[in-house]
Amino acid sequence: MQTVGRTRTHFLIRAWTAFVVLAIYLPIACGALAGLSKGRYFAFPIRVFSGEWWGKTWDSFEIHVLVQNSVLIALIVTVLSVLFAFFGALAFARYPWKGRRAFQRLLLLPIFFPQPVLGLALLLWFNALGISPSWKTAVVAHLVWIVPVVTLVIAIQVFSFDPVLEEAASDLGASRLFTLRTVTLPILWPGIWSGALFAFLLSWGNFPLSLYTAGADSTIPKWLYSKMVAGYTPMVPALGTMSTLTAAALLLAGGLVRLLLKKRADLRAREG
Amino acid sequence: MADTSLSAPEAKLTPGLRASLPVLVLLIAGFLAPLVTVAAYAFATPKSFDVFRSFTLANFAAIVDPSNTVWTSFVWALALAFCCVAILLVICYPIASVLFVFPLFVSENVRLYGWVLFFIKNGVLDGALKWFGFSGGPELLYTPGITLFGMVYVYLPFMLFPMTLGIAMIPRDLVDAASDLGAGRLMIWREVELPLAMPGILIGALLTFVLAAGAVAEAKILGGQSVITITQDIEVAFTYAQNWPMGSALALILVLIVSGLALTAMARIDLDKILGKR
Repeated sequence: MQTVGRTRTHFLIRAWTAFVVLAIYLPIACGALAGLSKGRYFAFPIRVFSGEWWGKTWDSFEIHVLVQNSVLIALIVTVLSVLFAFFGALAFARYPWKGRRAFQRLLLLPIFFPQPVLGLALLLWFNALGISPSWKTAVVAHLVWIVPVVTLVIAIQVFSFDPVLEEAASDLGASRLFTLRTVTLPILWPGIWSGALFAFLLSWGNFPLSLYTAGADSTIPKWLYSKMVAGYTPMVPALGTMSTLTAAALLLAGGLVRLLLKKRADLRAREG
Repeated sequence: MADTSLSAPEAKLTPGLRASLPVLVLLIAGFLAPLVTVAAYAFATPKSFDVFRSFTLANFAAIVDPSNTVWTSFVWALALAFCCVAILLVICYPIASVLFVFPLFVSENVRLYGWVLFFIKNGVLDGALKWFGFSGGPELLYTPGITLFGMVYVYLPFMLFPMTLGIAMIPRDLVDAASDLGAGRLMIWREVELPLAMPGILIGALLTFVLAAGAVAEAKILGGQSVITITQDIEVAFTYAQNWPMGSALALILVLIVSGLALTAMARIDLDKILGKR
């Protein structure tokens, strides 16, 4: 009796999961379709497919500037947030210190905060400081949200790290820097790598913070939004699909590298 | 110097405090300071830029004034957020899959716009139904219902991950033991699984509520402004209306609601345990 019930439950859970996954990816597929159809206006079923709008998007100078902005912001955010978050994760998970609990809660606050409101608050603050918003202020805005996320990602790796290893190295006479380079970093690499990947992708796809804090500069999501609200062209779904595919490719490549890193770290741990 | 550090060991820079400094500086300068600025603007003269130079409650008086309908935006935002959380709790409880990570990295406006293409006249749904010989799809776009749908869609991963972490914390043995002792499935779920998974579920519910309460893109892109959420009012005050003190007062009220919730729930949660400290 019970096994029959259990198999049925399992089947229902599988079916439900499949349905939700389908629903999650359906609009992304709709965007891809719209970007590939010929003609100025979208109509389904699509009569003629063409790469016309992909070509136009690819050649557009305006889009080149957007992509440059997005890449530049995402790269700077990645480097800075990994630096911040590496030490933040040590404070979060490695050292038992007095303010640790308070630090953990403070770190979560920017994540538990509506991003559009954060963007507007930052806009006000930059204005009070006399800084006019540009892509540089967007970097700061991204950092405020992304550093806590990356800190959590690296902290998970730090939690699985045995501090005795570091102590053993220092007992054997290794300097702090040497211990960091030869013991701590190799073990934490998979977490740091995931953190970097998260940082780049979250910055690449971020819309609400860029919308309010990038000033006259535009990023891909911000430009897409301005065209969605006024002036649809098939370049919108085309560029949206390109941006999504870029993120997917990065995520896959990054996942593979992480797998390799983890294998190497495991090997090292077994040898050591 | 040596004496002071001996008499006050707390003041010494411990490794933990030292490691936390970069992030602390970033969060103070990039998170707390902007919020203080918002709070200061909330008490400035309406429609002025006299921050820190004037103190008045006029903005709050204008908000609670019976002729002002801004309260409807608050009600919409909070009601939609509440419904969104309730729906997500039901949708997400049975599922766990890594396939839900990727949407986190696709801008919400791109994903929402995909739904516009799906539901719009001559769009995917309408066109497919016509192709099959029906009279066409229902007109769902630009309604409060589709706004809620968009919110459920966008915030699903934010409910799913904490919930999955929470459910992964349930030891299998405990469930088996309860089952061996003769507990029924409903009883195991209520007495064993649910209490153990509660921290994760609570974090998921809180996170989605907070994000949904500040949502604006769903109402604009899918809802066609049939619903005005509070964040949109704040945005309008900051941009077109150029009434920063009013926008700040509205933002301050929203922040107080949101952070009050976040802080009370966080006080009950042990982060070390959830993130897998050994």
